[in-house]
Amino acid sequence: MTATLRILPFLSWRRRPWRLVERNVLAYRRIWYIFLSGFAEPLLFLLSIGVGVGKLVGDLHVGGHLVEYRTFVAPGLLAIAAMNGSLLDTTFNFFVKMKYSHTYDGVLASPLTPRDVAVGEITWALLRGAAYSAAFLLTMLAFGDLRSWWSLLALPGAVLIGFGFAGVGLAATTFMRSFVDFDYVNMAMIPLFLFSATFFPLARYPAGLQAVIRFTPLYQGVVLERSFVIGDLHWTLLANAAYLVAMGVIGLRIASRRIGLLLQP
Amino acid sequence: MSGPMVAARALTKRFGAFVAVDGVDFEIEPGEAFGFLGPNGAGKTSTMRMIGCVSPRTAGELHVLGLDPAHDGPDIRARLGVVPQEDNLDTELTVWDNLMIYGRYFDLPRAEIRERAAELLEFVNLSDRRDSRVDPLSGGMKRRLTIARSLLNRPELLLLDEPTTGLDPQARHLLWDRLYQLKRSGVTLVLTTHYMDEAEQLCDRLVIMDNARIVAEGSPRRLIADNVTREVVEVRLPIEADLDFEAARLKRFGDRIEPLADRVLLYTDDGDATAAAIMSEGFEAGSVLVRRASLEDVFLILTGRSLED
Repeated sequence: MTATLRILPFLSWRRRPWRLVERNVLAYRRIWYIFLSGFAEPLLFLLSIGVGVGKLVGDLHVGGHLVEYRTFVAPGLLAIAAMNGSLLDTTFNFFVKMKYSHTYDGVLASPLTPRDVAVGEITWALLRGAAYSAAFLLTMLAFGDLRSWWSLLALPGAVLIGFGFAGVGLAATTFMRSFVDFDYVNMAMIPLFLFSATFFPLARYPAGLQAVIRFTPLYQGVVLERSFVIGDLHWTLLANAAYLVAMGVIGLRIASRRIGLLLQP
Repeated sequence: MSGPMVAARALTKRFGAFVAVDGVDFEIEPGEAFGFLGPNGAGKTSTMRMIGCVSPRTAGELHVLGLDPAHDGPDIRARLGVVPQEDNLDTELTVWDNLMIYGRYFDLPRAEIRERAAELLEFVNLSDRRDSRVDPLSGGMKRRLTIARSLLNRPELLLLDEPTTGLDPQARHLLWDRLYQLKRSGVTLVLTTHYMDEAEQLCDRLVIMDNARIVAEGSPRRLIADNVTREVVEVRLPIEADLDFEAARLKRFGDRIEPLADRVLLYTDDGDATAAAIMSEGFEAGSVLVRRASLEDVFLILTGRSLED
């Protein structure tokens, strides 16, 4: 019971990690407007790709449902936004606080532990990501792109995508030496962004590539969101979800250990 | 609490092959101001970080407030105040918010933090800067804010790592004054410093560290009495002087002499008589100075090096 709760930061009954969330609320209170870009970005994508490109592409089949291209691409954009949002907080922002502002040096002199820092920052990233995802889902609702009541699972799904990438992002950042290393993050993100069956169906990829894509992380999230929104559920979704949970849990473990090694030598 | 606030036995810290702290023993009693004195790299900060439960020990025993840092880190830290060598205030927050959030890290209720924060800002003379950001504050102000922050949880043990390094004399005296007040109120102070005057002013008892080891322990007065004569005569030499030659010449005047780069120290129980004798030898009066022996001399005698080197 304890073990299960510990690996799920957003269900954690422990209070200490939440202090980091409070800290971030205080820090961003004065610069709340930077959150606007997080709301605007997926919306602009939806308008340009979903509506604009969608007019040229026409309808397509997803799991036996004939849907407009906009309806097809919107859940992909939702998954991308969830990935981008959580990576911003757990890579770049986390790196600055750890290496340059020495924010955590002060934090760790208090009762908080390296693990509290890791869980706290991931929780913050997920809350922020959830707000963006919720706004985007409302836009999809307005466009009529939520085709099923299973869409209620799309928000938890987005949080799960965020958790997976937040764990991995935080862990990876503890290995970074300077800002130059962030190029690796971009190098990983751009192909995921373009080729995770986000903009066109998996069936359109060459067979060999399809097998590879099935095992990439963002693909798991895209499949989840698209299935929820269109109402095309099957048991294999549990495997997609498990993949993301594993990413988050393993990442969190590594990050907690590494933060301890780096900041409490 | 009846036992010591901090007890270390054969406490050791290694970073790979490098030995930062090499089997030190010490005990810090409740209510005392205890100092770690030594040059940079002596192992003071590593020792402080182990006491502060932010650095695991490599070997030996350590108890802080009767608990073991290896298992009870959060519980110990909840009762400590820490002023680190490098200010690590939260630069994304204002002065006031720095205190508010730090109190939250200690799980204090907000109303309580507000009350204490206002008091503490008053205590460190920063009430008029409460809405300022941290970056524009001067070094002395940041230090004072860090001290205010370290006191939010009403610590039983306050750890100060080189609290006045880099501050101007005025800021130092203000800080010392505040530390006196804390000591009087019963807080146990542990501080590191490489300033002799700071150690003499603030510490009831101290250890001198050099090369990862403790080389002497006692009250400042005891250390001086045990290791040095009562007075010291300093003879400044002109740049062109042959140091070895002059040292040999001066040798017979003191119980012991210590040649430095630009001067020779003579340890003696009667400074004025020694100075008079030296001047009668033809040394210029302006270059001969009599002073009381200090901790600096203790360090010099025990290690053969000046602290400032």
